[in-house]
Amino acid sequence: MPSNATQGDGHFVADVEETPVGAVDSFDESSKVRTTWSDAWESMRSRPMFWISAVLILFVVIVAAFPQLFSQTDPARGCLLPDSNGAPEAGHPFGFTRQGCDVYARVIFGARASLTVGLLATILVTVVGTVLGAIAGYYGGWFDSILSRVGDIFFAIPTVLGAIVLMSVLPTRDPLTVALVLSLFAWPQIARIMRGAVLSAKNADYVQASTALGVSRLQILIRHVVPNAINPVIVVATTSLGTLIVAEATLSFLGIGLPTSIMSWGNDIGQARTSVQTAPMVLFYPAAALSVTVLSFLLMGDVVRDALDPKARARR
Amino acid sequence: MTGQTTVSAATSATDAASAPLLEIRDLEVGFTTQRGFVPAVRGVNLTLGQGETLAIVGESGSGKSTTAQAIIDLLPGTGRVTAGQILFEGKDLTTVSARQMQDVRGRLIGYVPQDPMSNLNPVWNIGFQVEEAIKANGVAQGRDARKRTIEVLKEAGLADAGDRLKQYPHQFSGGMRQRVLIGIGLSSRPKLLIADEPTSALDVTVQRTILDHLETLTRDYGTSVLFITHDLGLAVERAEHLVVMYKGKVVEAGRSTDILANPLHPYTQKLVSAAPSLASRRIQSERRPETTEHMDIASIGARDAHLIERADEREAVTTPDIITVENASKVYQIRQGGFKTKELKAVDDVSFSIPRGTTTAIVGESGSGKSTAAKLVLKLEEMTSGSIRFDGTEIGSLSGKDLLSFRRRVQPVFQDPYGSLDPLYSVGRTIEEPLVTHGVGDKASRRARVLELLEQVALPASTINRYPNELSGGQRQRIAVARALALKPDVIVLDEAVSALDVLVQGQILDLLTDLQSELGLTYLFITHDLAVVRLIADNVCVMQKGRIVEAATTDEVFDNPQQEYTRKLLEAIPGANFHFGR
Amino acid sequence: MLWYVGRRLLQLIPVFFGATFLIYFMVFSLPGDPIAALFGDRPPSQAVILALREQYHLDEPFIVQYLYYVGGILTGDLGTTYSGRPVGDLLASAFPITFRLAMLALAFEAVAGILVGLIAGLRKGKLFDASALVVSLLLISVPTFVLGFVFQYVFAIQLGWFRTTVGPGAPLQDLILPALVLASVSFAYIVRLTRGSVSDNVSADFVRTATAKGLSRPRVVRVHILRNSMIPVITFLGVDIGSLMVGAIVTEGIFNINGVGGTVYKAVQLGEGPTVVSFVAVMVIVYMLANLLVDLLYAVLDPRIRYAK
Repeated sequence: MPSNATQGDGHFVADVEETPVGAVDSFDESSKVRTTWSDAWESMRSRPMFWISAVLILFVVIVAAFPQLFSQTDPARGCLLPDSNGAPEAGHPFGFTRQGCDVYARVIFGARASLTVGLLATILVTVVGTVLGAIAGYYGGWFDSILSRVGDIFFAIPTVLGAIVLMSVLPTRDPLTVALVLSLFAWPQIARIMRGAVLSAKNADYVQASTALGVSRLQILIRHVVPNAINPVIVVATTSLGTLIVAEATLSFLGIGLPTSIMSWGNDIGQARTSVQTAPMVLFYPAAALSVTVLSFLLMGDVVRDALDPKARARR
Repeated sequence: MTGQTTVSAATSATDAASAPLLEIRDLEVGFTTQRGFVPAVRGVNLTLGQGETLAIVGESGSGKSTTAQAIIDLLPGTGRVTAGQILFEGKDLTTVSARQMQDVRGRLIGYVPQDPMSNLNPVWNIGFQVEEAIKANGVAQGRDARKRTIEVLKEAGLADAGDRLKQYPHQFSGGMRQRVLIGIGLSSRPKLLIADEPTSALDVTVQRTILDHLETLTRDYGTSVLFITHDLGLAVERAEHLVVMYKGKVVEAGRSTDILANPLHPYTQKLVSAAPSLASRRIQSERRPETTEHMDIASIGARDAHLIERADEREAVTTPDIITVENASKVYQIRQGGFKTKELKAVDDVSFSIPRGTTTAIVGESGSGKSTAAKLVLKLEEMTSGSIRFDGTEIGSLSGKDLLSFRRRVQPVFQDPYGSLDPLYSVGRTIEEPLVTHGVGDKASRRARVLELLEQVALPASTINRYPNELSGGQRQRIAVARALALKPDVIVLDEAVSALDVLVQGQILDLLTDLQSELGLTYLFITHDLAVVRLIADNVCVMQKGRIVEAATTDEVFDNPQQEYTRKLLEAIPGANFHFGR
Repeated sequence: MLWYVGRRLLQLIPVFFGATFLIYFMVFSLPGDPIAALFGDRPPSQAVILALREQYHLDEPFIVQYLYYVGGILTGDLGTTYSGRPVGDLLASAFPITFRLAMLALAFEAVAGILVGLIAGLRKGKLFDASALVVSLLLISVPTFVLGFVFQYVFAIQLGWFRTTVGPGAPLQDLILPALVLASVSFAYIVRLTRGSVSDNVSADFVRTATAKGLSRPRVVRVHILRNSMIPVITFLGVDIGSLMVGAIVTEGIFNINGVGGTVYKAVQLGEGPTVVSFVAVMVIVYMLANLLVDLLYAVLDPRIRYAK
């Protein structure tokens, strides 16, 4: 080891070869190109939870789109009363309902209604909430004041409570109506989140810099502010998909959601409740399908949040 | 590294006999991250004697704070000590139990953290937070603890402590909060006080009073102080001994005066020549009687000579004003609760003008209105009254096409290197944005221009596809400068553009700005709180206080012959300004 | 503080009128005869229809109808049910039961949720934390009405630990099982929220400073980490009272409890629109008042709010 040069009265200097001075602020050209999105993707990819939830979601979507692939039994027909609450048998792995319908087939064919309502409502809520929230947050003024007050009013009515009132007087109950009714009471949440995110993004220095470049206000909103404010909305929308599916199921369970003519997990659970003591499995299967679907969206929401929030990523 | 530093060479006869208070031997600290184990401190040695003051100086990432936090076992997250000893009064703190460490903290070793805004719990009142420290360290209990709380706060410089015990941190200014934190740190008269950048978040004048006060208190109590700072000027002024850290290692250690007079390690040499506070002082004393040609270039460092040379070139010719600000005011309506509003005059009847091709600096502390003034000139905020003319045209009424052509000629560079670039835009797209907005050229010619600009700011062409999160603060500021240059503007408004950067990087950007100025004939409006930097780059200075310009003159006049008490106070507050360079 | 309370009360007024108007508007200004809509496929007798037209002032202009309705709410006249019983009377007997159930659930979710969340947040990445996260996700994904049946089947029918349905008068021991069901989803949310908030605060500067002062770990956790972590949890509790009400409808329905939720449940099943509307309106008002309370509690916990002008 080379000895350290020590000069005079306790003046220590490290060996220059051991502590070489690098160039000031040089750029490492060999590093990998990383975008915000590629970072997020890297983070998601490395988590098993992402793959588990992605496979589950994909599976549920395929079942909803092509139920015939999974069940040869047509659930609408072939309900035979002698089979009422029958035990599982070959070709009917989950047994029969009280009406003698094939539980497995109903679970498979029920996926579509639940997913359709959930997806429709989520898209509606996200689009309306994002647009209104962005305009209110960005332009402020009277629009912001009115939107905030109206939002407060809708916020004061819990989503499912409002939906119960409206659904109990509406004459039509198709999936679109249910989705519209749920969206009507659910949009303020996303609007509030978007408004907050836009408020903080619009004060960023890069927005000021773009203004000083002469970029128009609308262009700044579209090109800089919204892309930088959208992350929390994506996270909440993913989770909302799960909670809105639960909301639809709750309405159907109460008997004011989808009509019994449309197969849905909520309806099936509602109908199975009368025989829960004697045939609990009839209730169990649709309930499990519903829970697993919701779980997969919630899991995905978690993973997406961790990936899009650098703070959460650093903490992990 | 085996060399044992002997920093604590006897300073006085009484200290000579006693063992050192703190001795760090071959300390290694690292963090476990997703990419594996990352060393942060690599074999650090230092010694601090009873009643001595020592400063660890280094840039961000040098391991200086990590070293300090390791002493009282407060390493963040996954950090841990992997080797070495921390001997405090002969006892190795790396081996003591959690219970014993709790006993050491507060009672034997006090700690003053960096950011006064985040270091007090927002939900408890000040009295509570001081009192719990006093009780925990067994200084006093019950009624006495309350009495002692008031004493502690009074000693720390809160004259009205008795009335303010029930107030919450958000009701205190930054300087007052820092006094509270100092009070807490010293409340049980510890033998050692660790002060981790205790004033870097504060205005210079506040910094000065607080450091003076801290010095008095620790001298009276005989407390040893370990300063952690990035500011060489401050370190030299406040500590007898210096430890310079670079990339986790100690590169130089010794008496402050020795190191400053005779820096031996190349890194220290760079640091000393780049420190604006020290350099400006020296330039000031040498520049007054003579012109640049007669200056001893070797002694002030080539960089400063270069900057001053440029400044002198500009002084030679008088040029017409490109921007004239007359009686400009900006008044904000602040809601006061209820239906009352209060007027806040952020900019109050301000007039100044900027000659073409020169640099005018606006200097002031936080809340002085300097940034608002910059925004008025950029027309990012509308004036309440007054007039601003750019190249003969009144900008207040500009709109549409005229506004667009004004925007083309006046460009900003902002302070925060992390906020001034859109994280979702690649470097190429960021620099191209002004060209697209103003419809300059086609795709190919714009790309060529972007590459040309990258070269001008000394970044490799390959950065064109990179994103801001891959770049350092200094590199981001270069991108911001390139974006500002894209439209070949006449004026660039630099709002604290180098304030957030490490000193070497800061020097590099200042060099770049000076070169670009003479190359392209740019005019700069330079907004800063840092007078030391002003000295290096500005031709004219406006000093702002509470929205008004209190003094405006050439840089030399302001530095050599300040007319206002406030300006003098600012000048004196520059760390290192009072340090008399013994040669 | 006084100013803050006053301002919150003032803000409540437009929300109260807005929300009641919204509910009323939804029911009574839809195309078609509102009376027919309210009863679906079970048209009531002519006498009932006439009584309802009279009660809701359906022959007057819409805005007058609404004013009568709000006036009724404010003076305690909530209308009558299908069977002609005043809603107010029904509410007086049902409300205490639901209140007891909700308080039991709230106590359970708050105490257990905060405790589990605190431990998970302090031991981030450890086994306890991982299990708490998985369990909370599972609880959130199982809708209340599913969990209700599962608990009823397992704990009441199979194990016999509780009674399947709640007896008359709803004694406290009968309410434990429904309260657990009602609390489950919110419990899971509180665990996650507390955990996140605690782990944020653990690395906060002021916590480091508190430790550097020489405080003991338990004191740092109690005084500096837990207290600060409560603030977002309190905010959540306000919003959560809304889900508790929806949950109460389902849970009281499953366990056959004669509370507010049970009444709505039965009314929905039987297609008694007027009862549903009156009760839900009351629930919304209670929700607003509860939120006001939560906001005040929030101000007590966070001086920055208390002193904000």
